[in-house]
This record gives sequence, structure tokens and C-alpha cells, in this order.
Amino acid sequence: MSKNRKFYVGGFIISLFLAGVVSFYASSSPDGLEKVAGDIGFIETAKDHTYADGALADYGVKGIENERASVGVAGVIGVIGTAVVAGVFFKIIARKPEKKNR
Amino acid sequence: MHIPDGFIDVPTSAAFVGLSAIGVGAALKGARTQLDDKTAPLAGLTAVFIFAVQMLNFPVVAGTSGHLIGAALAAVLVGPWAATLALTVVLLMQAFLFADGGLTALGLSVFNMSIISVWVGYAVFLLVKKILPKNKSSVAIAASIAAAISVPAAAFGFWIQYVIGATGTFSDSAVFTSMIGIHVLIGIGEAIITGLTVTAVLASRSDLVFGWKNNQKVLEIKNV
Repeated sequence: MSKNRKFYVGGFIISLFLAGVVSFYASSSPDGLEKVAGDIGFIETAKDHTYADGALADYGVKGIENERASVGVAGVIGVIGTAVVAGVFFKIIARKPEKKNR
Repeated sequence: MHIPDGFIDVPTSAAFVGLSAIGVGAALKGARTQLDDKTAPLAGLTAVFIFAVQMLNFPVVAGTSGHLIGAALAAVLVGPWAATLALTVVLLMQAFLFADGGLTALGLSVFNMSIISVWVGYAVFLLVKKILPKNKSSVAIAASIAAAISVPAAAFGFWIQYVIGATGTFSDSAVFTSMIGIHVLIGIGEAIITGLTVTAVLASRSDLVFGWKNNQKVLEIKNV
């Protein structure tokens, strides 16, 4: 495996591991904004998310009861999805259309 | 700091969709000049890594958690223009797939995290890098300090939006104090994760790192 390939495969595997395995151990306390909103009171003004009933809402896969598996699979789907979207997107952005030596 | 629908009124949210569209539009142009075939994959990997690490909420103080934003990290790794785009991709994935961050609030969140946090982080990075010796650990230290400040900067962005268009009627100054206070603490976590990640990437592929490459170029010019 080339050095370049090793770096990207390594980075991708680390991301898969973090989102797929470590995410289960993440703190479930409210984040900074939610906490402040709760303490001060404007949490009441929050509306339900448009996709609150979506298949992957709140980083869980609908239908998977086991919590560890549910968040893990959601994380893996997110990592692969982001890789595909961002990969294609940045490839297009970086394309130099007026390259002379082709 | 993913804002749910409802916190900020519709006109303000719409205005920030406009502002964010201008910022992201500029980034689409700017990133073309900073990315090439060699660094584009790193921009993709940066988005992937940020998505993954944003799932990892760490405890901050009793009953509160925080997670990486990744704005300063991305700015140092791939440059501020591509960083704005990477963060925006992550926010869109989170809002549309994972119901994290309201759809009408997307303009607000993109403005705070993809634009303010990235550019404040990048400015602080450049300033700190300037006064430190020209080596890799300085780049990591500058990235950490930039990260620490980029988080309250995003919180400040939210506060501005709250002052302009909060649907609730709570004291602006109380929101300011609480938001900045808690996000200064979350910024410590951001600084640690950013420092470690930048160090790791510099150790394996320093040739790809935007915040280091620039450094090299300046040195080369001076040496001629």
C-alpha cells in the first residue's frame, strides 16, 4: 500500500471506529446550547425536528433495539455517507477545467 | 451548537440563510484556488473525521456535554475556504439524515460554525503562528489556541442571532454570559482534540497540511 493510500485508509478506519464504536460511550448530557436554553428557559421555544421520525434520527437506526448497535450502525452510515458526499464534492471543486498540459 | 427550529424567528433565520449562502458561495470560489488533486482527498477526510468526532460528546461540567466543532482543525488542515465547505457538508448531513440541527435553522448554524468559527479560528492560528518559532509543534500549538477561541466565537454568533431574533423573551445578557462561559470550557476539549489531530497529521503527512505548507513557502521565498 502506498504511503498516501495508507494515510487515507487509516484516517477512514479511525473515523469508522470513532463513529461506530466509541460513539456509544459519548456523554448523553445536553450540549452547551441545550443546557443554556434549559437553564434560561428558551428551550421551550424549540420545535420538533422536521425529520424527528426519520430512519436515522438522533443517531439511532429505527428498528434496531440494541442501543450499542443502533448508534454504531448510524455512525457507520454517517461516516460512509459523508465520505461519499464530501469525496465527490471536493473532487469536483478541485478540478481545474483550464489545464493546458492534458 | 446545532440550533433547533424555533429558537430564532423565521425572518432572522431567513436572513442568515442569505448571509451563509454568500459565505459558502465565496468559499466555493476560494476553495478552487486552495485545493488541488493532491489536497482534495484530505478535505474529504477532514469532513468525515469531523462528522465522526462530533458524535463524541464529552462531559464538561455537571450535566453538560460538548463536542468538537472542528472549524479550526479544518482551517489548519485544508485552508479556511475548504474548511467552510467541509463544515457545511457535515451540518447538512447531520440535519437531513440525523435530525440534528433544525432545517430552518441551517443558515444560523452554518453561519456560526462554518463561517465565524472557521475564520476566527484561522485568524487566531495565523497570529499565534507568527509569534512562535517556525516548526511543527508551533503549528499544533497555534491550532490548539485557535480551536479554543473558535468555540466561544461560534457561541457569540448564536448570541447575536438571539439578540436579533429570539422567539423567547429572556434576558440577552444572561444568554451571553451562559453561552460564552460554557463554550470557553468546551473550547478546552476542542483545543486538545485539535492539537492531537494536527500533530498526528503533521507526523504522517505534513506535505498535505495547509497551515504548514504555507509556512514552508514563506521560508523558501526568504531563502532565495
